[in-house]
Order: sequence, then C-alpha cells, then structure tokens
Amino acid sequence: MAKIIETRQLTAVTKYFRIEAPLIAASARPGQFVMLRVREGGERIPITIADYDRELGTITIVVQAVGATTQRVCALKTGDDILDVAGPMGGHIEIAPGGHVCGVGGGFGSAALLCLMREFTARGDTTTAILGARNKDLLILADELRPLCTHLEICTDDGSAGFKGFVTQRLAQLIEAGPPKRPDSVVAIGPMAMMRAVAETTRGPKVKTLVSMDPLMVDGTGMCGGCRVTVAGKAQFACVDGPCFDAHEVDFDVAMRRNKAYVQEEKRAVDRAACMDRRETA
Amino acid sequence: MPIKRADKTPMPVREAQQRAHDFIEVNEGYTKAHAAFEAERCLRCQDPVCVGGCPVNVPIPEFIHAVAMGDMAGAAEILRSANPLPAICGRVCPQESQCEAECSMTQRFSPVAIGHLERFVADWERTQPPSVQAKITRTEKIAIIGAGPSGLVCAGPPARLGYPVTIYEALHAAGGVLRYGIPEFRLPKQVLDWEIGLLKSMGVEIVCNVIIGKTLTLDELFGKMGYAAVFIGTGAGLPQFLGIPGENLNGVMSANEFLTRVNLMGGYDPDTADTPVKVGKRMAVIGAGNTAMDAVRTSMRMGAEKAMVVYRRSDKEMSARVEEYHHAMEEGVEFHWLTNPLEIQGNAEGWATGLKCQKMTLGEPDASGRARPVPIPDSEFVLPVDNVILAIGTTPNPLLTRTTSGLLTNKKGCLVADEKTGLTSKALVFAGGDAVTGAATVILAAGAGKRAAQAIHEALEARG
Ligand SMILES: Cc1cc2nc3c(=O)[nH]c(=O)nc-3n(C[C@H](O)[C@H](O)[C@H](O)COP(=O)(O)OP(=O)(O)OC[C@H]3O[C@@H](n4cnc5c(N)ncnc54)[C@H](O)[C@@H]3O)c2cc1C
Ligand SMILES: Cc1cc2nc3c(=O)[nH]c(=O)nc-3n(C[C@H](O)[C@H](O)[C@H](O)COP(=O)(O)OP(=O)(O)OC[C@H]3O[C@@H](n4cnc5c(N)ncnc54)[C@H](O)[C@@H]3O)c2cc1C
Ligand code: FES
Repeated sequence: MAKIIETRQLTAVTKYFRIEAPLIAASARPGQFVMLRVREGGERIPITIADYDRELGTITIVVQAVGATTQRVCALKTGDDILDVAGPMGGHIEIAPGGHVCGVGGGFGSAALLCLMREFTARGDTTTAILGARNKDLLILADELRPLCTHLEICTDDGSAGFKGFVTQRLAQLIEAGPPKRPDSVVAIGPMAMMRAVAETTRGPKVKTLVSMDPLMVDGTGMCGGCRVTVAGKAQFACVDGPCFDAHEVDFDVAMRRNKAYVQEEKRAVDRAACMDRRETA
Repeated sequence: MPIKRADKTPMPVREAQQRAHDFIEVNEGYTKAHAAFEAERCLRCQDPVCVGGCPVNVPIPEFIHAVAMGDMAGAAEILRSANPLPAICGRVCPQESQCEAECSMTQRFSPVAIGHLERFVADWERTQPPSVQAKITRTEKIAIIGAGPSGLVCAGPPARLGYPVTIYEALHAAGGVLRYGIPEFRLPKQVLDWEIGLLKSMGVEIVCNVIIGKTLTLDELFGKMGYAAVFIGTGAGLPQFLGIPGENLNGVMSANEFLTRVNLMGGYDPDTADTPVKVGKRMAVIGAGNTAMDAVRTSMRMGAEKAMVVYRRSDKEMSARVEEYHHAMEEGVEFHWLTNPLEIQGNAEGWATGLKCQKMTLGEPDASGRARPVPIPDSEFVLPVDNVILAIGTTPNPLLTRTTSGLLTNKKGCLVADEKTGLTSKALVFAGGDAVTGAATVILAAGAGKRAAQAIHEALEARG
C-alpha cells in the first residue's frame, strides 16, 4: 500500500501524483519505473518514476488515462492508497558525464524528464529539455522543468506556445547548429511514434540516442518475457534489460505491432470497468 | 505375510469432459475408506527403500502405518517432521520417479499410492485448528528473499525457534511458482494460502512488492536493515525462447506469461480480473514438461478448440509427471511427438497463423542421456495455429546477482552454494531451490530451504 499525498490534474486526461514510497524513493534513478495495481483482480501496469525525494520518501508519477487501469488510477485522490507499488524496476539511464544531454518529452513522457534533468544538471552537464504537445493546453510540467535544466524548449504543433512544429524539427535545428547547441546525447521518452521520429532525426547526424520503450508488461521482473523488444536483432526484456535502449538499434515496427496485441480485450475492459463502477456507485 | 491387493487404489477424479472446461481441482482425494484400504497395502518393509527415493526422506512406512491405525494426528506429525509442504507435495511431486519407483510392491504389483496418502493426511490436517504457536525470543533477524517453496519452507524452523523472520517477495502475492505457475485445477490456491497462513500465525512477516537487488540491495539487508542472515530462494523464473523465426509475432508467448496471466492475475475469471488472456482456437504448446502440461490444459480450459503439445522427442523422454500426461490425454489434448518446431509463420497483421515443423526420429543418446532427436529429411509441414506457447525451460533470474558483488554463480547463472548447508560465497548468505539447481521440483526446493534453515540457526549460534 502506498498513500497518495498530493495530486494535480495536469490536462483533462493526465494526472500528477506524489506518493509515499520511502524504499523506492531511496533507490530510484532516472529512467526507472514502478509496477502498480489499484485493486484486487486488477492489472499490474508499468509507470515511469518521474521524480523522487529521498528525504521525504516520496516518488512522483504522472499517469495518462488511456484504458481501464489508468482510468482507475486517475480516479484516485489525495489520501487514497494505491494497493501495490513495486520498484524501482528496470535499469537507469547511464550517460557519461560532462556533455550536453538533451531530453525530449512527449505526453506523460515529459514527466520523466524531471529527475533526469535535475540529476544531470546537478552533476555539471549542460541540459536541454524539449517538450512537445499539440497545443499549449496539453503541455505539461514546463514550469517545473525550467529551473531543472540549462535550456527549456517548448514545441507545439499549432504554435500556441514556443516553437511551432514537432519536437523533432526543433531537435534537428539544434543538432544542425553545432556545439554548444548540438547535444552529445539525446534521451526520448513519450509515445512510440515520437520516439521513432527522434531516432530517425538523430540517426543521420550520429547523435547517441536512448529511447524508453513501453511494451506491454505483466510482472515487470523478467519472469514472463511479454515485454520483449527487438534490439540489434535480438530479443531483450524491456523490464530488466531496459526500458531504455539505443534508439538506432530498436525495431520499432515490431514494438508497435506487439503493443496492439490486446486491443480488443482492452476495449472490453474499459466497458466492463465503467459498468462495474456504475454498479458500485448505484 | 498377508496377501496384498495388486493394484493401487485409484484416485477419484472428476469426469474429463466436465473438468476440461473449468478450474476446479481434477483429483478429488481419497475417502477415509480408500485411504484405510490403500494404507493396508504397505508391506512395512524392514528396509524401507521408498524412504531413500524421497528427496527429504519422509518416514513413509511410519506415516502410512499411522493412517492404517486411524491415527491421523500421528500421521500428520510424522509427515510434517520431514516434509513441511505435504499437501502441496502430495499433489505435485513426481512420485513415480521418487518414492513410488522404489516401493517394494512395484516389483510385482503397482506401488503403494504414497502421494495420494500423503495428500489425504495433509488435507485432513487442514481441517484441524493449527497447533503451531511461536514467540519471538531472539534478536537476530533473518531475511528470506523470494516466497516460493524454498523460501516459505526456510522461514518455518527459525520462526519456531523464536527468530524474527521476514520474507521479501517481488510480486504482489506469495507462493512463487505455486502461485503464478501451477494452476488451480492441480493445486488449489487455498492449499497454498493455508501454508502461508500458518507461517504468518508463527509471526513470519511477508513483505510483498520488494525486489531485492532493486528496492533494497542484498548488502542493505545486512547494513541498513540489520538482518543477521539471509536466505536466497529466488527461483529460476526467466523464460527461455527458442530463437526461431517468428517468435515475436503476436500470439506467441512464454508459458510463464500465459500461466501468470491466468493464475497470478486471475485471468481464468474474466468477470473479476482486468488482465487479458489471449486464447485462440488452436493453441500449440512447445515442450513436454510439467509447465507444458499446465499450459496446454489451461489453454483447453480457457476455451481453445484444439490444444496441442509439440515435442521434438517422444513420450518416453518427456519430463512431465505421468498423472498430468494421462489427465491431459483424457481431456483431449493432442500430442505431436517427434515434431520439431522450425518457424512460426504469421499473417500481414503480424499474428501467428502456423507452426512450421519437421518430423524427427530418435538416434543415439545425447549428453543428457536421452535419445537424440534426428530430423527426417523432407518431412516439413505446417500446423495451423492461433497461439504458440513456449514451455522449453527457465533459468535463474539475474536481477539479484547483477546487483550484488561477491555472489558466485556458475555458467548457467545458478548460485554456487554448499550442498549440505546452502552457504553461498558470501558469509551468512544461504541459498536453495531453483536459484541453485536450475528449474527442478517443489520437493527439492523445500528440502533445500529446510537444510538452510538449520544451517542458518547453527551459524548464528556459532557466532554467539
Ligand atoms: C516502462 C514503461 C513506463 C511507462 N510509464 C508511463 C507513465 O509514466 N505514465 C503513463 O501514463 N503511462 C506509462 N506507461 C504506459 C502504461 O503502462 C499504459 O498506458 C498502461 O499499461 C495502460 O493500461 P490501461 O489498462 O489503462 O490501458 P489498456 O486498456 O491496457 O490500453 C489502452 C490503450 O493503450 C495502448 N497501450 C497499452 N499499453 C501501452 C503501452 N505500454 N504503450 C503504448 N500503448 C499502450 C493499448 O494498445 C490500448 O490502445 C509506461 C509503460 C512502460 C512499459
Ligand atoms: C508451470 C510449472 C509447473 C510445475 N509443476 C511442478 C510439479 O508438478 N511438481 C514439481 O515438483 N515441480 C513443479 N514445477 C517446478 C517447481 O514449481 C519449482 O521447482 C519450485 O517452485 C522452485 O521453488 P523456489 O522456491 O526455488 O522458487 P520459485 O517457486 O520460483 O519462487 C521464487 C520466488 O522468488 C521471487 N523472487 C525472485 N527474485 C526476487 C528478488 N530479487 N527479490 C524478491 N523476490 C524475488 C519470485 O517472484 C518468486 O515468487 C513446476 C514449475 C512450473 C513453472
Ligand atoms: S514484464 Fe514480464 S518479463 Fe518483462
């Protein structure tokens, strides 16, 4: 059980949670995730550790309601308990110190940049965070990220805030500009399509790039292999070998196809959850 | 010598057509009359060779004699003195290759049904109020990593001696393979829950959702957390894949994934569980061990029209318990022996549609002593499938060893530990079960847990 001590609605479908998890807060590193379950009979779902406070013993997560379980998480309020929170799972992001690190965040992925930018800025790296959203209202955590990185770049598809265009267009400009704007390494966290586009953007100019893969997971401990992704032609378990992999080695076609494996069942789960909730409130 | 009945008293089982579609236990258990009759078949040999066939040397003739005398409490006590998980082992041990293989009756008749009797006694025990009481009287804390059979068994004796014992489990529920792997129709979870309840009533603390090596390191257990000794019972849960083309198609998964979705996550009851389970019309399970039998019979119960086992050797070489094999056949599972999978074929959307196989024949024995399967030229064919489940073995999970220095493993990734005590290469760190042996059996894991418990006590006493 982990108590929720703060919540904030970031967009209509994205919610910020700070939860009490002292053991996880003590050992978490950027790029790792937790597995959580909100009710008996519920699914175990992976959620990135966006940030942690070792002293307060809390971790921050940001959840986007896309299906039955994430909707249930987003219905939780301050003071509620999350039934199971296990972690930190997966390996952390390792980048040699002293360079220019650029974090690219899309959707809930922007949240994961919080601890990443803070830790890399603190150890003396130059850091750039590029946040992308369709419009200004869907942009999340820009104010929180600004003090944590050297440069903050905002991109919106419609130009309602910052650069008008995709994160990848802005990233390409930075790379082309050369040092000091050109990053030595890029970390992309967000929707698969965005991560794939980032990989393509950095492949030609050979900028080392990590992407945080989000395959379907069951246990998150290396026990089922359901989370396997193809990297450099070999199957890797994202929950233990990842979740971050070399973007230029990842087979995104396979990854995107595998994530659709349970679409029909997931739709049914949403309908059923709505039905159950109606019954519970009746 | 009295004349003994030649045949084993058969285990009452549920009707195959009915049970193949639900998760209720297949074996119904002996009645008192069955048990009394079967117990009388035991010859009470002077030199009971069956005991030597049991990995934990249960005093078999003694407990069976107690059953014959109607002394159930006595039988339960004798049984439990050697085997801390009798209700589980009575159900899942490969008796035919252990105790019952050695039974003197086997030479001329069928062996005494030692497993069925063990189960009978243990099931009776569960109807009685638990008698164990323990109080914490010692200060040295013991940590156990993993709540599988080895860890659960290792927790009992120190708790009885008054040590504070904590079990750390990575998943949200205790039991290890007994929880996530072996299905309800073979091992009802209430049997496992009872054993876990017993440990809790002795003061053993079970902390779920803690992954040692991630949430806490092994060294932190000693330092920050103040434990005096640690037992590692993390099992061998990492599933292997074949490495054949098409393995990453949708609809292809490890038996661990399939069984975890159904068992641990409760997928067999879609009315209460959120975790989806993919079940096509034609399910092929590759492998022929207990895991394969569990997966194929679970497929059937989840609604597959055709549930098939594909194995490159023959039924003689399969490693599953014979009872499971018989039950699977009765339930209508199709067996493709001497059939080697070469490739999984898929459709344009990336879903598995066919399993390309090759027929095999048996040649000379290989390194494992079993006949080597040799391909028959031009024998390739495609088996139409919707799902392929791989049950070809598991290896120890490297999570803990990757993050711990000084913990020696062998080439296979198994922890190096002393056979008698379970002591690893690190002082006061003991290990047992599948993490040490590689995928093995419940009784071997239980035996290792028990020996380590004794060794931990001795080590702590010696340290003073
Ligand atoms: C390592 C990792 C870290 C993650 N971090 C976060 C996070 O910080 N915040 C967050 O909101 N989500 C995160 N996710 C994704 C999250 O786990 C899924 O959205 C969640 O499991 C969906 O569960 P559900 O029951 O709500 O939806 P479902 O009903 O399971 O799915 C709804 C829809 O989302 C799609 N979907 C499901 N899982 C994924 C996935 N893993 N990737 C892409 N599409 C998916 C389905 O195909 C379906 O269309 C992460 C995933 C991984 C693997
Ligand atoms: C499907 C299936 C059917 C089987 N059928 C039979 C049978 O009929 N008869 C038989 O005798 N044997 C059978 N076996 C084998 C038997 O179940 C195993 O040999 C036995 O469970 C091993 O016990 P264990 O305690 O070593 O490990 P496990 O049962 O594997 O338990 C290990 C536990 O440790 C946890 N863990 C792992 N790493 C960590 C960590 N770092 N921190 C915290 N916790 C951790 C795991 O989550 C797990 O709960 C079967 C196995 C399978 C998979
Ligand atoms: S989620 Fe099961 S192995 Fe990664």
